Amino acid sequence: MNPAPPLLSVRDVHKKFGDVEVLKGVSFDVRRGEVICIIGPSGSGKSTILRCINALVPIDSGSILVDGQEVNDPKLDKLALRRKVGMVFQQYNLFPHKTALQNVMMAPIHVLKQDKAEVEARAYRLMKKVRLEGKEQSYPGELSGGQQQRVAIARSLAMNPEIILFDEVTAALDPETVKEVLVTIRELAEDGMTCVLVTHEMGFAREVGDHIYFTDRGVIVEHGAPKEFFAQAQDPRTRQFLDQIL
Amino acid sequence: MKVLPVILRPAPAPWRAPVLDRRHGLFLALGLVLAVGAAEAQGAAAAHPSVLATLWRWTPLLMEGFVFNIAISLLAMAIGTVMGVLLGLGQVAPSAALRRVAWFLTQFFRNAPWLVLLFFAMFLLPFEVRVGGVTIPLPGWLKATIGFSLPVMANTAEIVRGAIQSIPFGQWEAAESLAFSRRRTLWMIILPQCVKRMLPPWMNLYSLVTMATVLASVVGVTEMLTLVSEVHAAEGGRAELLAPLYGYALICFFLYCYPIGRLTVHLERRFQVRI
Ligand SMILES: Nc1ncnc2c1ncn2[C@@H]1O[C@H](COP(=O)(O)OP(=O)(O)O)[C@@H](O)[C@H]1O
Ligand SMILES: [Mg+2]
Repeated sequence: MNPAPPLLSVRDVHKKFGDVEVLKGVSFDVRRGEVICIIGPSGSGKSTILRCINALVPIDSGSILVDGQEVNDPKLDKLALRRKVGMVFQQYNLFPHKTALQNVMMAPIHVLKQDKAEVEARAYRLMKKVRLEGKEQSYPGELSGGQQQRVAIARSLAMNPEIILFDEVTAALDPETVKEVLVTIRELAEDGMTCVLVTHEMGFAREVGDHIYFTDRGVIVEHGAPKEFFAQAQDPRTRQFLDQIL
Repeated sequence: MKVLPVILRPAPAPWRAPVLDRRHGLFLALGLVLAVGAAEAQGAAAAHPSVLATLWRWTPLLMEGFVFNIAISLLAMAIGTVMGVLLGLGQVAPSAALRRVAWFLTQFFRNAPWLVLLFFAMFLLPFEVRVGGVTIPLPGWLKATIGFSLPVMANTAEIVRGAIQSIPFGQWEAAESLAFSRRRTLWMIILPQCVKRMLPPWMNLYSLVTMATVLASVVGVTEMLTLVSEVHAAEGGRAELLAPLYGYALICFFLYCYPIGRLTVHLERRFQVRI
């Protein structure tokens, strides 16, 4: 049997900001429908990895293939890449001057030039999917953090991405609203959406993740399936991190 | 328990341009009444016509001058705003060279005295320009307007730059991750959020321009202040008429600028709560 090639393939990626080497040879694969979780201390380069996958930050060397398309290519079609790769941020980053529904509709209409009526119908469906029916006309400032984050997820879904990158999306939320966002992400995972999750929610990672990666200072220290990873991580750096956080 | 005094000290209030308030108006009105009263008393002794009647008689002419001031201020504001927005955008352009040029122009025109810019415009601009085969005359008032539009441009550029840079970087990043181009991000996402922040300081700027238009009298444009001095001369240059005439002009400017100032304060408050 010949397994399908991974949807996302990160190979030996290096990245410097000035003199500081933030990524020192990072490699991992994500298959279609898989959920991988990246955990690690603050400053270890997790956000930078996600930004590189989305070409928000250029890499110095290595290779990132998204659905066979090389991201580290000067002739990269960024529009095509960003259609495929959605991103959700810690601070939601909704557009405050637009309603929730408009936030969801903007990119498909203005960037993908899709039919407005069709996009609107899809936006209503997505609002329902993230359990925000009735909040379509609310402005971000009128929504709670958890609600805003779910709008951000809907906004990302509106582009019909193949893979979504989540960068500590519950880190800025009140404990009560963390759960509603995690429920939404779990439902996406169950629907078969490919997800890369940077998270500090270990319980969630263990439950939803197919694979866990632990990063420290720009390298992947170790990785494994959730059960084995949490039960028998070997590296002292991983152990120390898990002891602190669990 | 030790309390950190640094944290408890309130942050210094940011500097704000002074805004006309009711007391200014009251003060002006009172001054005018006193001046008119005093002049009436003196005039009556010398059997001159009433000061109020004199003011009334010249009002149509003075108003013509005042309308001219307003026209100059509006036109200068329009020209300066368009150029200022471009210059402000230039200061956040991807090209470093463009950014530097825009920054220099902004600083230069922002820190030059308005009267100096006015003189430069009056004496450096030709009295007519030829565009293609058409000759466009540049009368003095138009040159003065261009002179005023220069500081408007520089201040607007600074307002635009400040507002753009006050928008969190996450907005750019979110837009980019949704495949918005830089230009589209600017026009659809960043600038609409800037309008609220730009409007109050921009309206303040307008009040300043309106009051500055009287400088045009120095370079021979027949705006209100020029007319006031001509009226004064026509009335025989009587000293007791000086205060009523100039007070009258002051009141006109106050009545025009005061509502703008109130609206600015109102908008500032409203936007502060909303954002
Ligand atoms: N745009 C940037 N310019 C300079 N340094 C950066 C930039 N982005 C991130 N860094 C640095 O790179 C390191 C890794 O950052 P980040 O990827 O955000 O880590 P994490 O998400 O794991 O906390 C940090 O030391 C951070 O200061
Ligand atoms: Mg991070």
